[in-house]
Amino acid sequence: MTPGVAAPLQAVRGGARGSVLIDQPTRLRRITDDVARPLETRPGGAWCACFGVAFAALSLGIGCVAYEIATGIGTWGLNKTVGWAFDITNFVFWVGIGHAGTLISAILLLFRQRWRTSINRAAEAMTIFAVVCAAMFPLIHMGRPWLAFWVLPYPNSRGPLWVNFRSPLLWDVFAINTYLTISLVFWYVGMIPDFATLRDRTAAGARKTIYGLLSLGWNGSHRTWSRYETLCTLLAGLATPLVVSVHTIVSMDFATSILPGWHTTLFPPYFVAGAVYSGFGMVTTLLIVTRTVMHLEAYITERHLDAMAKVMLLTGSMVGFSYGTELFAAWYGGNQYEWAVMFGRAVGPYAWAFWTMVACNVAAPQLLWSRRVRASVPALFVLSLLVNIGMWFERFVIIVTSLHRSYLPSTWVIYRPTFIEIGTLIGSFGLFFTCFLLFIQCLPMIAIWEIKGDAAIGPSTALRAGPSTELKAGPSTEFRAGPSTGLRAGGGEAAHG
Amino acid sequence: MASQCLVASFADPDSLLAAVTAIRARGIKVYDVYAPFPVHGLDQAMGLRPSRLGFVSLAAGTLGLLAALAFQFYANVFDWSMNVGGKPDNSTLAFVPITFEITILAAGLATAFAFFLRAGLFPGASAALAAPGVTDDRFAIVLRWKSTGLEATEAHLILRERGAIDVRHVAIGAER
Repeated sequence: MTPGVAAPLQAVRGGARGSVLIDQPTRLRRITDDVARPLETRPGGAWCACFGVAFAALSLGIGCVAYEIATGIGTWGLNKTVGWAFDITNFVFWVGIGHAGTLISAILLLFRQRWRTSINRAAEAMTIFAVVCAAMFPLIHMGRPWLAFWVLPYPNSRGPLWVNFRSPLLWDVFAINTYLTISLVFWYVGMIPDFATLRDRTAAGARKTIYGLLSLGWNGSHRTWSRYETLCTLLAGLATPLVVSVHTIVSMDFATSILPGWHTTLFPPYFVAGAVYSGFGMVTTLLIVTRTVMHLEAYITERHLDAMAKVMLLTGSMVGFSYGTELFAAWYGGNQYEWAVMFGRAVGPYAWAFWTMVACNVAAPQLLWSRRVRASVPALFVLSLLVNIGMWFERFVIIVTSLHRSYLPSTWVIYRPTFIEIGTLIGSFGLFFTCFLLFIQCLPMIAIWEIKGDAAIGPSTALRAGPSTELKAGPSTEFRAGPSTGLRAGGGEAAHG
Repeated sequence: MASQCLVASFADPDSLLAAVTAIRARGIKVYDVYAPFPVHGLDQAMGLRPSRLGFVSLAAGTLGLLAALAFQFYANVFDWSMNVGGKPDNSTLAFVPITFEITILAAGLATAFAFFLRAGLFPGASAALAAPGVTDDRFAIVLRWKSTGLEATEAHLILRERGAIDVRHVAIGAER
């Protein structure tokens, strides 16, 4: 049966039930069309411009990393006192960015937060690209990255001399690799039904073959759907403690040392809250750009942004509270070295970095208490950038200010990044955005099947409840107000046309 | 084996659900239902048992946990003990993070593989659709018999009654 016949039929049937607005097939097809459009058309000017900038940044990064590997890490501004600086700052920053993706895709799935549906795919993609960016930094810090496999416990000719399982740095290797693997599996499994949808709407050719291979022969069987939902719930259940463990382990890189400024039990929860905070900052930045560039305002609505702003406010306040606790514990603990580091952060040579961090992470998010700020897309965009800047500086402050003045005053130095280090940081942003832009152009960036599932439940509820409930309702009713409204109107036109 | 199929297409999940319930109420078995998204309530309507994938997770997770603990213990205590900061060889607490990661990794991968295996999903698997559009905007019920009988006629009527937009007889079971 062709859609041309089906649509009026449905309109008639809908009419019999009391509303011509419930136009299921057209509405469902419209969702497929909307999400598949970027994949089936040539990229627009805005996309090309963004890609050009991202790719230029990536090229700069490749150049800097190539130079560093060829010459040695002497090209960085590190020295005997400050042995970790830009590289580990960037590593922790990027791992943190990834956490929001898992939070949205796994934790919000377990809590049945339906507003996550249209943003979870993009957030998961962001997680993967962020973890790849993060993993790059310890690799290049090794100096001889081609020997990176030495961190794995494999039978070797040196004894076998096993890796040191008591070292948090090794825990990191396992945490990051597990995180990357499970995120990839979760992401790919989520896309299988969408690959099948794309396969069945693409004319024979290379693209159809690729979609066919990726869809693994998915045919929409409900017996499979039923198991699939179980699988997604299980993966979400596994990913949730995983994401908490990853940043906990990252924080232990510092907390298990005896260095004043690092040696604190507060670090694991403080780092996890900071990670989610920075991740939500990045998700907000990306989604504001994406909805504008790809014209997906009907799917990534202002209510999504509002919900994300609230998460930023919550986690930002947790981070602010942690700063206060850290300062208080340093003063109340009476350890002069600990206090010297904390005091040094606020008034020492890196005070500018400390106050940038406080302004961006503690002061700026307080604006989000205002509904007007949360409703303004430009304001949210600026705030999300500030969050990213603030959280980068947080890691810089933790790492560099704790290291640069050690117990022995004669070792005190000032660390300055070199051009190569700054270039590598820019390059990591280039890598991240290049991957993300390719993702939104080549893969279904919105989970088609999940949106359809929500749309199927949504509109009828919205129709029953009427507009008054929508005004009162929070983000969980997102979908009723979001795409379905536009789709209903569009569907109606198609039915009459 | 030659078998007879009845494929009914639907345009919305509500009529699909009603049709599945009606068909099963008459004691006719539903071979499978095809939909572009997981339709809620269909598990109960089709009488599907809850998936046992959770047991795979549990088993693989337990195995991963034991393997990781045992391996770290073997490497650090038996095979090549290293004195790191005077800590005991068997620093079990220090083995916890890696053990945890391996548990999650084993459980996640095994569950995903078990799903692919059980659902018959692999690269290159044939994806003959039960009806056009079941991965887009259509829903389909497939009934299957070894030989046609009166049941098929009755099922045909029920499906039509419940709002099927198209009901077809298919001679061979190419739907799966």
